Amino acid sequence: MSQTPPLSSAAVGGAGPERSSAPPRQSTGRPSGQSASGRPAWRRSGRSAARAGENRVGWLFAAPAVAVMVIFILVPVGMALWVSFLEWNGQSSPFTGNYTFVGFDNYTRLLTTEGLLQRDFMTSVRNTMYYVLLWVPLVTVLSFGLALVVNQRVLKGRSFFRTVFYFPSVTSSVAISITFLFLFQGSGVVNTILGWFGVDGPQWFTDSRGLIHLLFSALGMDSPPGFLKDNSLGGLSLWDWLSGPSVAMCTIIALTVWTTSGMFMLFFLAGLQNIPVEIEEAAEVDGATPWQRFRSVTLPLMRRSITLVVTLALIGSWQVFDQVYIMSQGSPAKTTLTPAYLSYTRSFGDGQFGVGAAVAFVLFAIIVVLTVIQRWFSRERDA
Amino acid sequence: MRKERGLPVRIIGYSLLALATVLYLGPFAVQFATSFKTDPDAANNPISLIPDPVTLNAWRRAFGMDTALDMPILRWMGNSFFVTISVTLGRLVIDAMAGYALARLRFVGRSAVNAMIIALLAVPGVVLLIPKFLVLQQLGMFNSYAGMILPLFCDAVGILLMKTAFEQIPPQLEEAARIDGAGIVRTFLSVVLPLVRPALVTVGILAFQGSWNEFTHFLVATSDPDLATLNLGIARLTSGAMGGPQQFPLKLALATLSVIPILIVYVIFQRHFVRSQMSAGVKE
Repeated sequence: MSQTPPLSSAAVGGAGPERSSAPPRQSTGRPSGQSASGRPAWRRSGRSAARAGENRVGWLFAAPAVAVMVIFILVPVGMALWVSFLEWNGQSSPFTGNYTFVGFDNYTRLLTTEGLLQRDFMTSVRNTMYYVLLWVPLVTVLSFGLALVVNQRVLKGRSFFRTVFYFPSVTSSVAISITFLFLFQGSGVVNTILGWFGVDGPQWFTDSRGLIHLLFSALGMDSPPGFLKDNSLGGLSLWDWLSGPSVAMCTIIALTVWTTSGMFMLFFLAGLQNIPVEIEEAAEVDGATPWQRFRSVTLPLMRRSITLVVTLALIGSWQVFDQVYIMSQGSPAKTTLTPAYLSYTRSFGDGQFGVGAAVAFVLFAIIVVLTVIQRWFSRERDA
Repeated sequence: MRKERGLPVRIIGYSLLALATVLYLGPFAVQFATSFKTDPDAANNPISLIPDPVTLNAWRRAFGMDTALDMPILRWMGNSFFVTISVTLGRLVIDAMAGYALARLRFVGRSAVNAMIIALLAVPGVVLLIPKFLVLQQLGMFNSYAGMILPLFCDAVGILLMKTAFEQIPPQLEEAARIDGAGIVRTFLSVVLPLVRPALVTVGILAFQGSWNEFTHFLVATSDPDLATLNLGIARLTSGAMGGPQQFPLKLALATLSVIPILIVYVIFQRHFVRSQMSAGVKE
């Protein structure tokens, strides 16, 4: 799944509640215009007939959209919830065929029961947490930087550059993943460029070493201290939790920074263009240096945009799938395994649809919590 | 004083823009150039943008002129175009109708429908993989064009875009049409719809781009190679039979094929792309 649609849909969605809480629209004007021509006795019946007609046409117009959403989203989510309580291999019907009802077992095996499944799930959570830690700041700073440069009035051709930087965001994640496989090959483009600077690039896709572990070993700590190795949380030792993102994960991070920064740049640009020119000019007249202007004028006024981008990035981080499917399939050593990919392989690869559905619902819960936090922040600012 | 400071800003600004342009367009240039290389050339000179020798081998194979290669790539492209165009047309009709109903027609349950659409925006696509497979299997639509197309008609973003556009039309126009005796449907088709053309273009572009690039839905909706779209076919190929570092010119030719239609639409409609994305940011 490419990252663009969910992110942009979340952005539009945020506008929804505000809009729907607005007072009723002018549409009421139409029937009254009609009834004005009738006498009082007819007026009422004329109006209610018009109302009934409007009700019917309204439903007629809304019906196709409602139907596809109910049939292809609401009902299926209910079915998947049922499946998440089953042991079912996807071959027969989950309602009449061969299945075993196991209650919350799939969920407890993910979260609390020690075993391979819990290890896999916790590994995918760890990988995503490091993805968040590296990707969210990188993509936010880069897209803000691009927006600042593209917003400089002294530069010509700004709309051309804006178009260029946004282009990766609209192209297919499949095509881009293949291109990045080529770029990050052992003797590929990236390592050639690193070679120019005397850096011996790693074997990107097979290197499962975590960046923090690498840092430790650079500091001379090659074997983990006992207390980190002996204590574990959710089936992973503390030492494993502290691995950092693997070298292989960095290629996926590089790819998604590259594809998403253009989109976030546009969000920041929209924010920058909302800052009145007079405010910046006033600061300039008062003798503020460019850095002071940025720190004390631009940055505070951009808080809204920054919160938006950071929360969208947080939500998007939990949905990485396409790139993993094409570039790594979760390897090396499961360091690029993400919850979405785990859900997919457990169901469609191993025929454990109950487990896959349970992973999907835990993932859903995480994303809903993040969305609620985002909405809460937006509310706060508007109040 | 302004001019004195303008020069260094300009030099730094243009250097940054140039560097970023190389970073953002470079991968596409490599993709395109490598598709004209021989396999050894691609492996030995990955960074060179000039194929030596230039060969059309990869492209010949991509277009099925190599019988040794058993990949129905032209069929994949046909599937992609068929599905993309169907989804785009379907979404335009469904979104326009639903948007108008939500913006202007008072019907029982309107606020409930509105609330449902907003709630569905928050449902991320990756969570819907198993649900979609389940429903298609139950309806007997697994491995069918209907199963590939109909679920993609769900487009909460498009409905909200249309709704906003309809709300911005002055109601007096519709009143005038109604006084002239036009019914709701007539008014909608001949008075209101022509006024929201920009929104229709935006919805159409988003639908085209979204369904052409779609991958996960087709991944769980089909298993028949004859029904694969271009992206699905390429993805299965790279993660399976043609995994590893071989045949990059062919794989990158296929990737280029997947990018070209979007590039064409993007170049023509880039203002619409940029504007719809920016307005999404502002509204938030």
